[in-house]
Amino acid sequence: MTGLAARTADTAPTAVFTGIGVTAPNGVGTEDWWAATLAGKSGIDEIGGFDARTYPSRLAGEVKDFDAAEHLPARLVVETSRMSHFALVATAMALDDAAVDPASTPEYTMGVVTANASGGAEFGQRELQKLWRGGPRDVSPYMSIAWFYAATTGQISIRYGMRGPCGVAVAEQAGGLDALGQARRVVRSGAALVVTGGTDSSLSPAGFVSQLPTGLLTTVTDPLRAYQPFGTEASGYVPGEGGAILVLEDAAAARRRGAGRPYGELAGYAAAFDPRPGSGRPPALARCLRTALDDARLRPEDVDVVFADGHGTPGHDREEARALAEVFGPHGVPVTVPKTMTGRLYAGGGALDAAAALLALRDQVVPPTVHVTRPDPGHGLDLVLGQPREIPLRTAVVVARGHGGFTAVTVLRRTG
Amino acid sequence: MSAFTLDQLKTILREGVGVDEAVDLDGPILDTPFSSLGYDSLALLEIAARIQNQYGVAIRDEDVELLATPRAVLEYVDAHLAEVA
Repeated sequence: MTGLAARTADTAPTAVFTGIGVTAPNGVGTEDWWAATLAGKSGIDEIGGFDARTYPSRLAGEVKDFDAAEHLPARLVVETSRMSHFALVATAMALDDAAVDPASTPEYTMGVVTANASGGAEFGQRELQKLWRGGPRDVSPYMSIAWFYAATTGQISIRYGMRGPCGVAVAEQAGGLDALGQARRVVRSGAALVVTGGTDSSLSPAGFVSQLPTGLLTTVTDPLRAYQPFGTEASGYVPGEGGAILVLEDAAAARRRGAGRPYGELAGYAAAFDPRPGSGRPPALARCLRTALDDARLRPEDVDVVFADGHGTPGHDREEARALAEVFGPHGVPVTVPKTMTGRLYAGGGALDAAAALLALRDQVVPPTVHVTRPDPGHGLDLVLGQPREIPLRTAVVVARGHGGFTAVTVLRRTG
Repeated sequence: MSAFTLDQLKTILREGVGVDEAVDLDGPILDTPFSSLGYDSLALLEIAARIQNQYGVAIRDEDVELLATPRAVLEYVDAHLAEVA
């Protein structure tokens, strides 16, 4: 079994990222968002989409001034929820960025693998309200297809005629990285190109309320102090919406079609699941980090930066910091949490962090972690705080942990 | 009661299910199949629901798939409007 896996890895195609599209709370459009991220500009604010003043948590990273009808055909807008709008717009950006023309690419060589965690919460609430007010005849027939996790993958596949392997990863916040791992499998099994990544949007009242019972959302109401991962004032996290879509290609196929220099290679990936609570066994993250590095055939000292999960609750932060210190050594590698500017985007989170890591590799700069007033010295982390840090970057690790035990790690490597 | 007009149907299409970018609803569409206008079976269900809500004519689900063109919808609704009246 090991022998087969090793041989597969030796002869498998290299999977490289050639396109990025972003719809994030602190920027729509890849370069706008990246400039905002390097500048430390946060998209976390009081919820504006509905009146949240009576809710215990009142902040979110909303994608403001986003009108799907400006970007997408009217027929598609009525059929899809906000989570899919973000993904469809980001897909158009990513394909444009990669200079891919799907219409002239054989349809069965293109796949779609996205992540989703919350479903079409906004669409679902609207239609439930119609059911309650007017009865069944008022409910859109598109309710049957708009809400579910695979809706985004399906709509991208239909819009661009991508009829190769398609799928959806559902693993809460870890799913955005699991989608990338699955996309690499699809490339290794012969696809030329996969549209991957993830988006979520659950900031309608019903979607927001369904997040409250975990008790993990911060109740701090100051947008500048609410979400402080690895800080002594860590109080929980702020939820957000949006995400990123990436184009992953077989490196040889990309070269053949004359693609520009890729952003980087998906060199390593691993997924793991935490042990049952109370079992006394450690969380899966350290093991997952080692497995992903083994997969990339790299050692911890080869890693130049870690994009941490940065949950923002003291227990989760402690677990992650311990795993990072165990694998990389105390203060052994620069660590950053740019999601302090967006909130946690669930399925969009890992995908957006992967986009940030790829642009960090391109520009040789680590984006900052913001709003953490006092990092907890007990964590032993070299946190990139307040300002971006320009350092040579060849290898970036991205960590994502999902509620309930989902754990995923990707290793991204600069190409050329 | 007056007849159900193409303009009224077009309003329902625009408001309810959107218009495909490649389609001109103001062109000669009376006998154009809905599938060629970019409307699938789910869109037709939505159109039928809106006609029922706004004009009181119930289009049975099994009849929806028989209404292949705008003309077929206008004739169906007209016939049943007469019954309602």
